[in-house]
Amino acid sequence: MSTQVLEASPTPPQERPAKRRRPRNRLGPPWLFVAPALLCYGAIVLYPSASGVLYAFTDWSGLGGWSFVGLRNFDSLLHDDRALGSLRNTLLLTVAIVVVQNGVGLLLALGVHARIKSRMLLRAIFFAPVVVSPVMVAFLWKYVYNPAPNAGLNGVLGAVGLGSLRQDWLGDPSIALWSVAAMVVWQYAGYSMVIFLAGLEGISKDVREAATIDGAGPVKRFRYVTWPLLAPATTINVMLSTIGGLKLFDQVFAATAGGPGYATETLSTVLYKEAFVFGRYGYSTAVALVLALFVAAVSLVQIRYLRAREDQA
Amino acid sequence: MNRYRPRTFALELLMVAAGVAFLFPVYALIVLSMKDAGQIASSPLGLPNPPTVDNYTEAWSEASLGSALLSSTIITVASLVLLIAIGSCGAYFLARRATRLGYGLYILFLLGIVLPFQLGMIPLYNLFSKLELIGTYQSMILFYTGIQLPFTIFLYTGFIRALPADYATAALVDGASHFQAYTRIVFPLLRPITGTVLILNAVFIWNDFFTPLLYLGGSDHETIPVRIFAFVGQYVSDYGLVFAGLVLGAIPILLVFLLLQRYVIKGFASGLKG
Repeated sequence: MSTQVLEASPTPPQERPAKRRRPRNRLGPPWLFVAPALLCYGAIVLYPSASGVLYAFTDWSGLGGWSFVGLRNFDSLLHDDRALGSLRNTLLLTVAIVVVQNGVGLLLALGVHARIKSRMLLRAIFFAPVVVSPVMVAFLWKYVYNPAPNAGLNGVLGAVGLGSLRQDWLGDPSIALWSVAAMVVWQYAGYSMVIFLAGLEGISKDVREAATIDGAGPVKRFRYVTWPLLAPATTINVMLSTIGGLKLFDQVFAATAGGPGYATETLSTVLYKEAFVFGRYGYSTAVALVLALFVAAVSLVQIRYLRAREDQA
Repeated sequence: MNRYRPRTFALELLMVAAGVAFLFPVYALIVLSMKDAGQIASSPLGLPNPPTVDNYTEAWSEASLGSALLSSTIITVASLVLLIAIGSCGAYFLARRATRLGYGLYILFLLGIVLPFQLGMIPLYNLFSKLELIGTYQSMILFYTGIQLPFTIFLYTGFIRALPADYATAALVDGASHFQAYTRIVFPLLRPITGTVLILNAVFIWNDFFTPLLYLGGSDHETIPVRIFAFVGQYVSDYGLVFAGLVLGAIPILLVFLLLQRYVIKGFASGLKG
């Protein structure tokens, strides 16, 4: 199951009715089965997305008429410090989230996979934030990041004698982006954990016992046995967190709204503001198109690269 | 390897410490929600003394969470029913039609997993406002059905392909209609994947924020995340009240999670949705 995404790549259909030249396959389900899905998907996703692509090349303001402006929106994007900054922020956030969320997720998975007594309870605790609304998690973390010296994280740092590390976590432009990343990691590390855990459970005990008998210690066992066999889980985790990071909106919108200044602005918050605050619909869809291309490109590159890694393992 | 050794105990201590640190925000959430403004100012992180439930009663009525709970439930349940109904039979067609066209259609559906919804966000909003659907349950139900179909079809198609076609064929040979063969034979066999589809889509729809804010913000049909967002905006500095609202808003889905823990974790571990 967990490797399905990799099998989704083009494999041509195997069975082919052979008897007549144009057989009416009466045993295959009729078109009526797919018609509602096609209709709904077409109306809600395909048609609006295609229009979105079209509007990216216009000066539409949301009201009244529009005319084609060629690549002007993309040209303005290249000269828009705010949009470029948001692109940079989005990429930095994504890299931070992918690395830390999966690193923490892997450590948690290894921990709760071991024979400790609290493993079932800990699994539930680490996973619970995944099912809660990101907006609510962001509001909770807004308090954790409270700048007051005796509240939230600062209060804890003070209580354990690390008062010098107190920060204005979301108000200081140089660290706000990393604070947002930490909040996302807190919420979704449990998600990476359960996927790694499923991978760990799929590794046969015999393999590890064989390595132990051959004299491999825990580090070598992990490096040469466990880690290569976790490749499918790593693939899925990296893909999920990359796409999630690129599209990040709810958490930023609720915690910082892109501020202070533009310090935590992402592609998603910029395109929201362009459309619904400044009324520049054409420009906003150009930003959306850039985001779409990034997501699509990253997905394709990752699928290729990570599949190659799996083949080696 | 399987015995509980001193090293296992050390790991246990380490993991429990990690769990406690992880729970700090939740601790803050709960103690603050049970304090009045004075206690929050004087000792924000100490235990509430005495604890109060006033924040909870006030948050429940001020945020009208009862009606938000109803809206969220209606939208989530209706979207799931539609998604499972039209997604599974669409996938059945795609999995069993071994033609070039059937395969092309499958790829067309998969494209929807990669496309960010923001690309079509504004044209779709305009379409819904032309149809006068903004502010209605229908707009959200249609939206979720469309936007989650690619992922739903992807999961179902993979599952159906691995399923022998013989059962349905036998029913057809015996004179059942395609519809009968599907509802009586095929669909019941899909139960495991239907569980995964149900859990992943339910969590996504229940917690989704941006589109319901756009379509339902300010109407009587606001969902829980939208209601909480407005509520927090209104009482932003009153942490006790805000946190009571957050606890109340998170309880329904956390309760479902605790009851169905095993299935939820299995669903997330096997599926692939971010």
